[in-house]
Amino acid sequence: MKFNIWVQKHQNQMTAAIAILIVISLISDYLLKLPMVATPAMIIASIIGAIPVFLHAWTALMNKVISIELLVTIAVVGAFVIGEYEESAVVTFLFLFGSYLEQRTLQKTRSSVKNLTKMAPTTAEVVDEDGNIETVDVDDVDEGDHVIVKPGGQIPVDGKIIEGKGYMNEASITGESTPVEKTIGDKVFAGSLTDNGTITIETTSVGEDTTFGKIIELVEEAQDSASPAARFIDKFATYYTPAVLIIGILVWIFTRDFPLAITVLVLGCPGALVIGAPVSNVAGIGNGAKNGILMKGGNAVNTFSKVDTLVLDKTGTLTTGQMSVTKLSHFGNDKESDMALLSAVEGTSDHPLGRAIVKYIESENVSATKDLPELDTVKGQGLQSNDGDILVGNERLMKANNVKISDDAKQAMNDRVNQGDSIVLMAINKELKLVVGVNDQLRPDAFEGLTALKKAGIKRVVMLTGDNKVAAQHVADRLPVDEVHAELLPEQKVDFVKKFTEQGHHVAFVGDGINDSPSLATADIGIGMGTGTDVAIETADVVLVKSSFDALAHAYVLAKKTVANTQENIIIAVGTVALLLLGLLVGVIHMASGMFVHEFSILIVIFNAMRLLRIKTLNKSPKLDVNQVETA
Amino acid sequence: MAKVVLQLGELTCPSCMTKIQKAVQNQDGVSDVKVMFNAGKVKANIDEAKVTGEDLGKVITELGYEVKKIKTKEVA
Repeated sequence: MKFNIWVQKHQNQMTAAIAILIVISLISDYLLKLPMVATPAMIIASIIGAIPVFLHAWTALMNKVISIELLVTIAVVGAFVIGEYEESAVVTFLFLFGSYLEQRTLQKTRSSVKNLTKMAPTTAEVVDEDGNIETVDVDDVDEGDHVIVKPGGQIPVDGKIIEGKGYMNEASITGESTPVEKTIGDKVFAGSLTDNGTITIETTSVGEDTTFGKIIELVEEAQDSASPAARFIDKFATYYTPAVLIIGILVWIFTRDFPLAITVLVLGCPGALVIGAPVSNVAGIGNGAKNGILMKGGNAVNTFSKVDTLVLDKTGTLTTGQMSVTKLSHFGNDKESDMALLSAVEGTSDHPLGRAIVKYIESENVSATKDLPELDTVKGQGLQSNDGDILVGNERLMKANNVKISDDAKQAMNDRVNQGDSIVLMAINKELKLVVGVNDQLRPDAFEGLTALKKAGIKRVVMLTGDNKVAAQHVADRLPVDEVHAELLPEQKVDFVKKFTEQGHHVAFVGDGINDSPSLATADIGIGMGTGTDVAIETADVVLVKSSFDALAHAYVLAKKTVANTQENIIIAVGTVALLLLGLLVGVIHMASGMFVHEFSILIVIFNAMRLLRIKTLNKSPKLDVNQVETA
Repeated sequence: MAKVVLQLGELTCPSCMTKIQKAVQNQDGVSDVKVMFNAGKVKANIDEAKVTGEDLGKVITELGYEVKKIKTKEVA
């Protein structure tokens, strides 16, 4: 079937040839009055045009599929037989030209995902035992192979660093573009880039099994997994096309009007109807993918658009999961040197609270004290110097060492605890000097994002957390949250989600994917926020590669608009068919004009869907909550 | 059992999908055929004793579609 492929490849050139022939024919007919040229030109145009259409129809028929091309072929052959060469030529031209435009515009709607797949690595430099480097196709790399990546290079596989270190830009996986330092033993992901440093990686997975590969596969499958509306249309179209054929035959039998019968075949083509729903989906999901939002198919989009209750986990979702200092209070005379000492002491520890404090003191332009006496760790309490003059830790450590706590200091401690903070205390010579409150940082765009979500149609925002009531309420107070339930175990969170769905609400659960996976699975829509980990990708219906509320709000708006767009397209398509039939009854529509209207309606639905590609995310200006960090 | 992924040229008509789907499905030893319209991919599970990825490629080529790449992967 070489001919078949040749035709397929040169279809556009053939379409152009037909256009030229039709123009020649029309000019010679109306201007030059040369029917001797006009008629043969139309005949040749009809034949050239009929070939590709017929081939499509034939191969489909061989596989027991009655396609649109079959309807067009019969109509064109019919027109040809009764001598309507102009009609047959114009119909094939419009049909082929329409599919050319369809192809061009469809490419646009698919471009977001195409760009994503283009980022996939293609080759890898594999090192063998003797140190020889060979460049191979990524598909030929096996697990366990050692791969070398030079500075600025792209990491071709998922694996573990076994030699060297460097800064990795993992934006394609985590959405985080700040480079992270990775060294021996650390995991690296295919698709990320090394900013500097040559590294050798031991391969753990390749190609579609890598995290990046899974993301691409997920988006590809999502674009092709139809929404309920699209599936209905698909079903409908399989019966619709043969039905049109039968109607055409019936029209012919009963009216004995052959031209009318073949016109029915052309008008009945389900063009816009078949393409309308999928094209909205592709554009909507494509827009999401471009903005780091992976929606798993038309079903997810559809369900998400109906959500009215948003249930969120606190830690890692509403908050970043990273600690920061909320307030530092000092008692005594020399604040700066006490801070310098605290910074030095905390600098020796790896504890998240300690790191937050060091970072905070640094940002206050106080450098850590250089000469630090030797410190001992008191388990569960903190750190102390050998002589016990320096104590850094919690209240228990202070009590155990009989530290004097002034009324003011007591007040400061209570204030912090009431705000839901963890407190770190420092005493020098048994006297309390510093009270530092540390808390989980609220995501900078949580307020804006939740406000936008409420504006877009979320009726109720519920926060669930395993944290204590005070801490939970404190976070909730700063956000447009309607309900707070604290001190919950993971299974109790699931119970809440179940309760809401049983009450008839459409529930979306937002969590970080690992400890929340039961809730993610129970909710109508599970939204995985945070890193692009395998678990999040697999359990959630919507994955936010960038952990931001901006992305969440965008996803919701996008889902709503995509569903609306699908409905618009179905209305346009059904409306076109109805108008055409009406036109036929009234007698203003003929075969060629009918085909024109059809192709035009197909372009309209594609253009309508393309509007989805242009929807922008919310204002991207993560503002820091100024109330969050303040010093006394 | 093996999994075959065929990368085709751009697909533009949804009716091509049904055609390719049926043609590939009708081959002996082929199961779970999935034609991805937008990605332009065909995925299928095959019994290697009966059919190869290249065979499927030929079937699709005969329908008049370009096959760019054929990937076959063993599944345990």
